[in-house]
Amino acid sequence: MQSKRERERIGREKLQRIIETCKSISGRSLDPFLVDVKENISIAKEYLPEWEIPEDLCLDAETIHQIASVIKLQSEWVRHRSTSLYTDPFLLQEKLARLPKEQVIETFLKAWHPTIELEQISLHSLAEAVRYWEGLLPLKERWKEFSSAETERGLATREELVQQRILREKAFSEELDIFWQQLKEKVKERGAEGKIQYWDFVGAETYEETVDRAFMTSFLITYGYATLEIHPLEEEIFIKPHEKPETKISNKQLISIPIAVAVEDWARWKRGELK
Amino acid sequence: MSKRKAYYASKIKRATHMLFYKRHKKPGVKGWELRKALGSDYSKVLKILDDYLKGMDLQVKTVFEEEKQVEKPSLEQLDRARFCITLRGDLTPKETKMIGWRIDDLAGLAIAISHIISKRGKAPRKEVEELLRDKLPGWKVGINIDRYIRYGYLTQDESEQLYLDWRTRVEVDQKALVDLLLRSENKVQ
Repeated sequence: MQSKRERERIGREKLQRIIETCKSISGRSLDPFLVDVKENISIAKEYLPEWEIPEDLCLDAETIHQIASVIKLQSEWVRHRSTSLYTDPFLLQEKLARLPKEQVIETFLKAWHPTIELEQISLHSLAEAVRYWEGLLPLKERWKEFSSAETERGLATREELVQQRILREKAFSEELDIFWQQLKEKVKERGAEGKIQYWDFVGAETYEETVDRAFMTSFLITYGYATLEIHPLEEEIFIKPHEKPETKISNKQLISIPIAVAVEDWARWKRGELK
Repeated sequence: MSKRKAYYASKIKRATHMLFYKRHKKPGVKGWELRKALGSDYSKVLKILDDYLKGMDLQVKTVFEEEKQVEKPSLEQLDRARFCITLRGDLTPKETKMIGWRIDDLAGLAIAISHIISKRGKAPRKEVEELLRDKLPGWKVGINIDRYIRYGYLTQDESEQLYLDWRTRVEVDQKALVDLLLRSENKVQ
């Protein structure tokens, strides 16, 4: 005898199959009469007493909804068949295949009334164009106002590039290493159980600095210097530094976690409202 | 010329300019544009123009936004409708060459349209391609369907389903096409 769990599993599978069939019927414009509506409704009815959790009840409702869509398609199908435009597609396909091209053309031409449209220049539009041309400034004059001021070319020093944030002061790997040490120290000072709240580590005096720290933190995690611990219900994110960088590729599927670092979040953190 | 006649003569001239010359990407003029230019009695003006055009084998065609032809259109439906000039009668195969259609391309269009009609106005692109591949070289099939879409005869949704577009509704007498195709088969038999 089947256990209740097993019966629920089979029921779910059957309902999923019904939904998929109905969807493919409406999506690919297949004959809606391919679906045995009576049989499908009796399946949904048979399993209805089994459902207890909302997900299963939703699945049941979705099944009924999809069956109703197929019934609607069936009614449209019947209505179309009763109109004068109805032709069996297979019959027509067969006939089109047998007809020579010339005969198809001859037939089509009897039902085709192409649109007439003209494009022609008139004296009026020519006169209008000449007036426009006369009023148009030469390119030299029109483009004068857009010309950019000439700038002299010269050499920039490394310090200047660092100042303009084009180059970083230290090599990136070196900087990442220092940042990792910082994380470990902060965890010792303010963290608990070898981890620290994300915003407590990333947050800084200015928003720019905060963004910069969030950027570096993302590399710490990507390169295996640290890991994230997320508690979705409490809406808490912790960073946990590793003792040694974990460079091995784990068997687990790697996932990306987007963390918004908006000005509003930073301001809330400054006010102590955000952990 | 009576004042009334002169009034309609000038309105007909204006309507001719609007309807014959290309104003937008799509040919034809919307009802509300005609109402603005010709006044609220524009349907009457178009009726007179249509009578004039009969002798030249042309007609003023009204295409409503709704897919089906409307028996007694309301003012709002007329405002939203598109008015075009089309051929009243039919062309000979030789004449189609003059308007830039190759016999193969036109046959492909005829088959695509009639297949979509028979499938209740919607058919998967792959199915239409398969049908055309029977008589057209494979490399041409996709190009042709894209061309029918570009010209406004067919339209395609994101799931690659083909539908009849505005141009087919303007230019093709769908019922006559299906009837004629079925009858011409009888001749072959």
